[in-house]
Amino acid sequence: MDAVFLARIQFGLTAGFHFLFPPTTLGLSLLIVIVETLYVKTKDAVYQRLSVYLVKILGTVFVMGVATGIALEFAFGNNWAAYSRTVGDIFGAPLAAEAVFSFFLESVFLGILVFGRDRVSSRTYRLSVFLVFFGAHLSGLWIIIANSWMQTPAGFRLEGGRAVLTSFGQAAFNPSTVIRFVHTILGGWTTGALVAMAVAAWLLLKGRSAAAAAHLMKPALAVFAVSAVLQLGSGHLHSMQVTRTQPEKMAAFEAHWKTMDGAPFTVFGIPDEKNERTLLAVRIPKMLSMLVHLDPEGRVLGLDEFPKDERPPVFLPFAGYHLMILFGLLFILMGVWGVWLQARKKLATSRAYLKLVLFAVPFPYLANETGWIAAEVGRQPWAVFRVLRTSEAVSTVVPAGNILFSIVVFSLIYALIGVAGLTIILRTVRGGPGEPAAGAPKGEA
Amino acid sequence: MAGWDLLRNVWFLLIGVLLAGYSILDGFDLGVGALLPFLARNEDEKRTLIGAVGPVWDGNEVWLLAGGGALFAAFPAAYATVFSGFYLALMLVLFALILRAVSLEFRAHDPVRRKLWEAAFVGGSVLPALLFGVALGNVVVGVPLDARTEFTGSFFTLLRPLPLVFGLLGLCAFLLHGAVYASLKSEGVLRQRAERTSLVLAAAFAAAFALSLVMVGIYLPAALKNIPAWVFAAIVVLSLALLVAALKKGRDGRAFFFSSSAFLGLWGIVGAVQYPNLVRATDPDLSLTIRNASSSALTLKVMLIVALVGMPLVVGYTIFAFRVFKGKVRPGGAGAGY
Ligand code: HDD
Ligand code: HEM
Ligand code: HEM
Repeated sequence: MDAVFLARIQFGLTAGFHFLFPPTTLGLSLLIVIVETLYVKTKDAVYQRLSVYLVKILGTVFVMGVATGIALEFAFGNNWAAYSRTVGDIFGAPLAAEAVFSFFLESVFLGILVFGRDRVSSRTYRLSVFLVFFGAHLSGLWIIIANSWMQTPAGFRLEGGRAVLTSFGQAAFNPSTVIRFVHTILGGWTTGALVAMAVAAWLLLKGRSAAAAAHLMKPALAVFAVSAVLQLGSGHLHSMQVTRTQPEKMAAFEAHWKTMDGAPFTVFGIPDEKNERTLLAVRIPKMLSMLVHLDPEGRVLGLDEFPKDERPPVFLPFAGYHLMILFGLLFILMGVWGVWLQARKKLATSRAYLKLVLFAVPFPYLANETGWIAAEVGRQPWAVFRVLRTSEAVSTVVPAGNILFSIVVFSLIYALIGVAGLTIILRTVRGGPGEPAAGAPKGEA
Repeated sequence: MAGWDLLRNVWFLLIGVLLAGYSILDGFDLGVGALLPFLARNEDEKRTLIGAVGPVWDGNEVWLLAGGGALFAAFPAAYATVFSGFYLALMLVLFALILRAVSLEFRAHDPVRRKLWEAAFVGGSVLPALLFGVALGNVVVGVPLDARTEFTGSFFTLLRPLPLVFGLLGLCAFLLHGAVYASLKSEGVLRQRAERTSLVLAAAFAAAFALSLVMVGIYLPAALKNIPAWVFAAIVVLSLALLVAALKKGRDGRAFFFSSSAFLGLWGIVGAVQYPNLVRATDPDLSLTIRNASSSALTLKVMLIVALVGMPLVVGYTIFAFRVFKGKVRPGGAGAGY
């Protein structure tokens, strides 16, 4: 096993594990903002209990996001030293800005969220809730800027083999930043909202704290349904952007071997990279051209346009992309069904739906992960698209054995904190949102 | 290029400020973590100490992330050389910081593995407190670099006398800072114990500091002629003396101020001795300096704007948060947390 391969495994593993938590943080912090706002609007104490409940869950998710983020911050120097030397002039700035503008904000105010409810006024508390929400999203923006620059680099020139910044604006808002940010954030909202729906569904199925559960289900369902529908639109725009800026990646997503006009969309298939064909393919004629060019006869470049040593692998991007879309469509159906039940006031009693919600909790996580795998593996063989190869980005002084050692220890530590963290979150959920105080104000039946 | 050179100097200073900020802020919670088994004798005392750092440690740790990010952005070549060169040592720090990051939350909510998480908090505090000084000692005394400024040593290259003594000094400084913070946040026997421990640690700090000066004299004799370094050394000594005096009078707040200024003195010495080097190479021609390791003038300028806009905000709400959680910690009391 060579160092490049191991370094890639290590990054994929640590980033992939980290990315279980940020989406949850993004969605849950939005819901806490909503619940706190509803509390102000309605003065119904049930919302305050829900806020306490969700903050507890967020607290655990958040520390796990912090714990797993630390390694990533230093990964570029550890494993990708050549990368850091070559593009550090551009890539370091968003990471530093993320710490300065977002990590401080999130962590300081999360401290107030978790420990300060009795120490600050309720207005200050609500402001803190908002700042945690804001900080998490701003942090997403900076890291997406960094990542998008690797995908569609801009705002630089090459000088003696090193990238030198020429325009910060162009580098930060390169052709894929905005759409990737929107798409990733919406994925986070879907994730956090489904988690909150699952908590409510579980309470309803157990017949506990039914009023509180119903109060939680409504806003969570709203966020879920809206973000699921918007995600289709943002995913569509994202696909158009990939076709425009990274056509070989789109060819890999679709296992589209040969350039053609009026290209079909492959719904299902098993890409056979050696023979450049797709087994068991189920195709919708002209659909791909329609989707990415809004023109059924549009030309879609195939992998055959690109030299063999510049083609991305096909299997993982293809599988990742299609799974993500499958989940995306499922979420839309779930959203529609939920809203339909809600309109009929049957949501709280539809056991089938509540069970589906519980069953579906892993799906947004899988959609996030498969989305990243498609985007990152589809970028190969480049670390910085058409600028720097992954094989030339790796640290040359780190022996493969050291990387392997770190992978083993990371895996053990992540397994341990994954199990313990999940146990704690489940215990918090089981603890319930508490019962209304005696003589509680209106709405607390 | 005068503007570029000015920016490089400013960033040398700013990274020093971020790292000093890190050692002052995260320093006390690392110290409290490392001292937990010695200072706290029962669950109530443990909860007092943990409650004293619980709401603020994460914000404190971000100073390290900001320092690392700033080093990457301003001096990418130094970031690349150090982090790939000191690979195994840094992995140990990362493992420690990861476990430590979850330890307090998990200790409070995962009773089955409480002992494990407590050990993670203690071990996760001791190891970084020791290894930061070792790493710093290495870039100060000089490491073997090749013509591409890549590190050519191994893990054991790092364990030389001066770096080890720096590690010891760093550990003493973190422990002292933590002990003083513990007395500031506690009452009764716990506070007395923390104050007594602080006095012992102040002596240990003084001894480690003297030993470090000897080491610098042996391995970096040129540094002995560095006037600013002596000024900063005087600040360290003065801080220690005033700290002891404050402790004897029971003025914990003042003592905390002086254990912080001692850190500033230490970083001042390192900065004065190191300038303009970032990573000294065994062959001085190969050293990474603020000139050959820096980013472009444009990047440094953008980053300066980021720092000028962002850091005052950070300082502002950090002060706000410390005021929210100020005062003695009483376990079980309002907002006591864990
Ligand atoms: C779209 C969102 C997103 C993405 C793609 C990433 N992160 Fe992240 N990260 C967050 C969103 C986030 C967050 C929501 O802001 C977290 C989760 C919990 C928290 O403290 O902030 C966070 C935490 C977090 C922390 C801990 C901050 C602290 O101590 O408070 C670090 C150092 C990183 N991240 C670094 C990274 C790096 C280097 C990434 C990529 C290589 C990365 N994150 C991907
Ligand atoms: C957090 C969500 C992310 C996930 C799940 C993820 C996933 C992955 C995976 C699976 C790989 C391995 C690809 C391969 O080599 O075949 C990878 C590589 C990599 N990713 Fe990401 N990624 C994420 C975010 C990011 C971000 C935000 C950045 C940049 C700021 C980034 C930078 C990299 C780098 C440097 C590599 C290694 C070099 C390479 O393979 O090109 N990733 N990532
Ligand atoms: C509904 C249909 C969807 C479409 C058409 C779609 C489209 C895309 C495309 C084209 C990419 C790759 C971008 C690149 O390689 O640069 C992508 C990435 C991604 N997708 Fe989706 N997506 C859909 C649904 C979802 C859903 C439901 C989620 C999560 C809940 C999700 C989460 C992600 C994530 C996290 C990434 C990686 C980050 C990025 O590149 O934006 N996607 N998506």
